[in-house]
Amino acid sequence: MSYLELLKLASPEGIVVVTALVVLAIGLTTERASASCSAIAALGLAIAIGAVLMLPPKATLFGGMLAITPLTSLFKIICLGLALFTVFLAHSDRASRNPGEYLAMLLLATIGLMLLVGSEELLMIFIGLELLGLSLYVMTAFDKTDVRSAEAGLKYFLFGSTASAFTLFGISFIYGMSGTTGLSAIGQKLSSGPVQPLLAVGIVMTLIGFAFKIAAAPFHLWAPDAYQGAPVPSAAFIASGSKVASFVVLGKIVLVGFAPVHGSADWHAMVAGWSPVLAALAASSILVGNLVALAQTNVRRLLAYSAVAHAGYTLLGLVAGGREGFSATLFYTTIYAVTLVGAFGVVALVRRQTGGDDFRNFAGLASRSPLLAGCMSIFILSLAGIPPLAGFFGKFYLFGVTLGAGGNHGLLWLVALALFGSLISLYYYLIVLKVIFVDEAATQTSPVKVDLLSRISLSVLALLVLLLGIAPEAVVTRIIASLP
Amino acid sequence: MIAWTIYITFAGALGVLLSPRAFSRCLAFLTTVAGFAISLFALFQTPVGYLARFNTIVRVPWVPMLGMNYHLAVDGISLTMVLVTGIVAVSTVLFSWDIEHRQNEFFFWLLLVVAGSYGVFLSADLFLLFVFYELVIVPKYFLIAIFGSTNKEYGAMKLTLYSFFGGALVFIGILAAYVTAGSLDLNQLAQFQFPPQLQLWAFPVLFLGFAVLAGVWPLHTWAPTGHVAAPTAGSMLLAGIVMKLGAYGGLRVAMNLFPQGFHTWSNWIAVLAVIGILYAAAVALRQSDLKFVIGYSSVSHMGFVLLGLATANALGVSGAVLQMFSHGVIAALLFAVAGRMLYRRTHTRQLDALSGMNLGRALPFAAFTFVIASAASMGIPGFSGFAAEITILIGAWKAFPIAVWITGAGMVLVAAFTLRALKKSFFGDTIASVRLQECRVQVDSDWNEQSNSTPPITAPEKLGACLLMFATLAVGLYPKLLLDRIMPAVEAMRFLK
Repeated sequence: MSYLELLKLASPEGIVVVTALVVLAIGLTTERASASCSAIAALGLAIAIGAVLMLPPKATLFGGMLAITPLTSLFKIICLGLALFTVFLAHSDRASRNPGEYLAMLLLATIGLMLLVGSEELLMIFIGLELLGLSLYVMTAFDKTDVRSAEAGLKYFLFGSTASAFTLFGISFIYGMSGTTGLSAIGQKLSSGPVQPLLAVGIVMTLIGFAFKIAAAPFHLWAPDAYQGAPVPSAAFIASGSKVASFVVLGKIVLVGFAPVHGSADWHAMVAGWSPVLAALAASSILVGNLVALAQTNVRRLLAYSAVAHAGYTLLGLVAGGREGFSATLFYTTIYAVTLVGAFGVVALVRRQTGGDDFRNFAGLASRSPLLAGCMSIFILSLAGIPPLAGFFGKFYLFGVTLGAGGNHGLLWLVALALFGSLISLYYYLIVLKVIFVDEAATQTSPVKVDLLSRISLSVLALLVLLLGIAPEAVVTRIIASLP
Repeated sequence: MIAWTIYITFAGALGVLLSPRAFSRCLAFLTTVAGFAISLFALFQTPVGYLARFNTIVRVPWVPMLGMNYHLAVDGISLTMVLVTGIVAVSTVLFSWDIEHRQNEFFFWLLLVVAGSYGVFLSADLFLLFVFYELVIVPKYFLIAIFGSTNKEYGAMKLTLYSFFGGALVFIGILAAYVTAGSLDLNQLAQFQFPPQLQLWAFPVLFLGFAVLAGVWPLHTWAPTGHVAAPTAGSMLLAGIVMKLGAYGGLRVAMNLFPQGFHTWSNWIAVLAVIGILYAAAVALRQSDLKFVIGYSSVSHMGFVLLGLATANALGVSGAVLQMFSHGVIAALLFAVAGRMLYRRTHTRQLDALSGMNLGRALPFAAFTFVIASAASMGIPGFSGFAAEITILIGAWKAFPIAVWITGAGMVLVAAFTLRALKKSFFGDTIASVRLQECRVQVDSDWNEQSNSTPPITAPEKLGACLLMFATLAVGLYPKLLLDRIMPAVEAMRFLK
């Protein structure tokens, strides 16, 4: 093992690090450097995507600390793509001063994502988690002129660090019982003997830490404030990139590391293990997220609660387990991330023009900007799971796999609950659309100005959501093929 | 060939959205006429024997990994439904000719509903069918919430949530079938022997899910409020096409896939159907809003469809399909008169207010149309309603003789409320007109000012009404035209006793 090889295999991460430093330097040395910083950040991310494509299909370093498999490469690309769109979003969001620092934090968070995705070893995963977390806390509190932003940052930080403590504690137990931190080694150890109580504690604690990351109820309390208070690009990144990476890692941990203690969440045939725990998390997320979202009048808060519900749906695939289940989860979380970046893009533009993101700011958007209204309706309808958009296919795939997984339709209860939740969710999604299409604008009637970059990126995202719904084959086969 | 109804209508929807305002209604009209022409052409060109089986027209792999195909097929039942969709679509555009407010958007949503309906009737893949089925619902919401009248947002939301509730049940049923059989192809699934255990719970879930859209009692309440809230074209689409989607789904998917489940539950379907017929007719008798009367009459007539399906014999089920056609045409006609011909000119739908206006004189064409529509709706021989209902009742006689007796009473109620509405709206007594002079002032001052110059019925309205009247008469006088195509297709299904 030479350092050259390490450099070669970690080149995407390296490129992003260098980009982050360059952006930071430019931001520090020049005033008004918004455009050049964004351009360099975007360029760096694009080059990093290229570097991921150049990686060998399979390699491992340091016993899984840095693993390169088709799966990690695919999701590194997805995370980098999401970061790229967030950069575009941040560029049009002129509210943020110090663009250099902001983009540097964003890039550092992206490195966190890549480490998370690209590691099969608990310690490295934890480091990735912390790097991601710390960058996100700063990004959340970045808007110094807004007290809500500070509140959100503090709240996110306090909850997040507690959750990290849980995770680390859990990891330490697991290490203590199994004597290793590599995921596949843990899996082998677990299969060899009965599960000791201490190990169970470790597993549950690790799961709690991740439940916080994906904002599953009852560990979701930070999400509404963070989504609403943070600068819009930060919220978009928390909702998209951070979530995708967390689901990839969570899936790897439970399906590789804890595979022998899968248990069963079948109705009337529950077996202790992590899958009933995840099933309970999923059920409570679906119920809490959807029910509380009904009462929201702020679009970002509404998206936050719906995010809780969607975390619940996404967990279904992991509960089902297996290659199919994992692939359904990954597909769903990917399309969800794409959709949310788009939705936050629209929110950012509306917020810039009208000074807020409550329902009344969206009133009559259809006549003020047909493009924004059209894009937003595509994103919202995809979240609601209306064909032919991506969300519908995602749900069909996810629920189909889940129903097929339990013996004798044992997971029917969870699927029925999820469908019931989607039914509830339809009400509040329709309310958003009603505000946009039916209500008349209360105060301003001037058209909403949309700059070219936002126009293009939003159209691309909307088109992507539509295409992923009509022709999901390309992505699904790629995900399935990348899973071992 | 017939698959082009879907493509043309979708393309037309996009075209309408992007075209200049002045062209949108012409484009919409051309689109729907093209769809209708294709379905008519298919009706006369396709050999009758060919329609006995659900024959594939298009089959392209879509997501092969999950067994999804873009698979369209046609048989006599599908063709009948496509035909009624075409007729109703053309007339809805004609009856929306003077829409001014957000015209492009209106026709976009309208054409989406039509295109999705064509899709449902022609799908031979369960996933595809569900995609089209759900695709219809959201445009309906916008159609009602933006362009509707009385209490439109409530009505639109109620309708949409009911529809999606049904959709969620259907989703569960479809997943159960898919996971068990490992296929989504309707023809393959129709051969598959599902375990009786599964059929026992999956059938009611699936059928009830579809039946929500067909207005089954007690989940029918979305229908009257939705119909009243919708713009005229919306009501026509809802009653004429969308309610048929539910009944069609119940027949094509639920009954055909789970025959044993169907036989176990068919008595209960019949009970719900009979209650629906009687209850809705009785409620319609007490309504003061003309659109509510028609809305409840729709529920009542859809009860006949469900009763026909529940009989599980070829005659009853064929009658149900014929009734879907017949009711689609008649309900569209009734809503056209009430919503467009009357409401546009009088700005009221209250029967008491209308009865004072002596409208039989003022709007002779509307009166004529409404008489024809009422006669068809009551089941007077010579109209399609009679042919359909008598076929259903003959079928039901074999399966549930008691139900026929009760339904006979229901038909009297139907006649009663139809005649009541007819008399009050167009042939009010002159004494009442004097008595209600002051009532007019309350209702609408506009009317009083221009009462001497009621705008005459326009040419598009006449054309649309004539088309619908012709359809109901033609099928009423010569039901063999459709029955010859429906009956063999029904006989090919496997749930027949």
